[in-house]
Amino acid sequence: MSAFLALIQRDLRISWRLGGGGLLGVLFFLSVVVLMPFALGPDIPLLKRMGPAVLWLGAMLASLLTLDRLFTADLEDGSLDLLLMSPMPLEMSCLAKGLAHWFATGLPLIVATPVLGVLLNLEPETSLFVALTLLAGTPALTFTGMIGAALAVTMRRGGLLLPVLVLPLSIPVLIFGVAASNAAVTEQGLFGAPFSILCALTLAGFIIGPLAAAASLRQGLD
Amino acid sequence: MLFARLANPSRFLSFTARILPWLAVATAVLMVLGLYLSWTAPDDYQQGATVKIMFIHVPNAWLSMFVWMVMSVSALGTLVWKHPLADVAAKAAAPIGASFTFLALATGSLWGRPMWGTYWQWDARLTSVLILFLMYLSLIALWRAVEDPTRAARAAAVLTLVGAINIPIIKFSVEWWNTLHQGNSVFRMDGPTLDRAFLMPLFTMAIAFTLLFITLHLAAMRNEILRRRVRTLLLMQAGGRAP
Repeated sequence: MSAFLALIQRDLRISWRLGGGGLLGVLFFLSVVVLMPFALGPDIPLLKRMGPAVLWLGAMLASLLTLDRLFTADLEDGSLDLLLMSPMPLEMSCLAKGLAHWFATGLPLIVATPVLGVLLNLEPETSLFVALTLLAGTPALTFTGMIGAALAVTMRRGGLLLPVLVLPLSIPVLIFGVAASNAAVTEQGLFGAPFSILCALTLAGFIIGPLAAAASLRQGLD
Repeated sequence: MLFARLANPSRFLSFTARILPWLAVATAVLMVLGLYLSWTAPDDYQQGATVKIMFIHVPNAWLSMFVWMVMSVSALGTLVWKHPLADVAAKAAAPIGASFTFLALATGSLWGRPMWGTYWQWDARLTSVLILFLMYLSLIALWRAVEDPTRAARAAAVLTLVGAINIPIIKFSVEWWNTLHQGNSVFRMDGPTLDRAFLMPLFTMAIAFTLLFITLHLAAMRNEILRRRVRTLLLMQAGGRAP
């Protein structure tokens, strides 16, 4: 357990001191949201109606942007080999890395959501609801994406392949995330059911993501 | 155990060389029979002659899922049982599965034009088949991205199994999304219960297409084995060793 926590601590410290991957993701999130009015026109009611969808799409793309770094940095400096050889199961290491990655890159997106909601003319409580669905859903994005990152790290030009591998797998998260936030915005439709499924996807991601990622790392790096 | 016996590529090649002509003939006969039955099947009282697209469309749609199942079993063969031909089977199946999925989409869209008045409808079934098509393409991209065939096979096996878990989830979520967006569905699959007159041609065509898949798959596996032998020979030649 101490190794688990130490790995989380190490990854968080690295991401805090180097590169600032989390802030880069937020910047990308901001750029996507800012681009939307240029594409759709400065139509306030339209932006308001599309707000939750835009926020979800932006968060999804931003979390995709930082995924590439999940394993590559460790591969480059050789610590991935140490993780492979360590007595802690590789699945647990992947879980720890995924959690740390989410804290470093996913959480800043959620914190930024209410601020970006203002740009889309969302009511404050609506933004909070979207942030809540993101809080429930972004771990699923991270842990689905982790599978793609683990596959991509073992090959050259893997970074190019990553979005193609990950995006189809993340469609369910997007559907239920937007469904739950729309229910909160328009006050029609169910909020509880899609939100619960979103939580279920995250919980399933905690299991499937590390298992599949560890399998592909083990197969790819021997 | 046939699978264990066929683990030897040379034995596999000679075995398939013997059965492939028979399979091809059986496929052709059933295909002709199925097409004849579809031709003579009565028109639907609502859809007219366009209902006959079903005899092509449904077998393709069923194979689009079946091929992913075949690939999942092959993926288990690669990762768990380490069967030497499992990755060959998985690699050969991917483009064939993608083609069947594309045909299911294309015929579905051609069917949709007279029925719904549009080529594309964000219907739950069409959408989930489209996502399945995307996943086939990403899997093929993964196969192509790695030069070493055994490493490519393991990576692709992981993705195939993740896809096998995820495809039902995607299907369920797309259905949810669809009911949320469209109150009234334009097209209902449960409209006319299938008549016996439609069932026979459909059944024949389904078997014919499945045989077509098996034939194409075995042929593609043979090609893949030969391609790997050529690759090994070229590598040996480049290394300056006599083959």
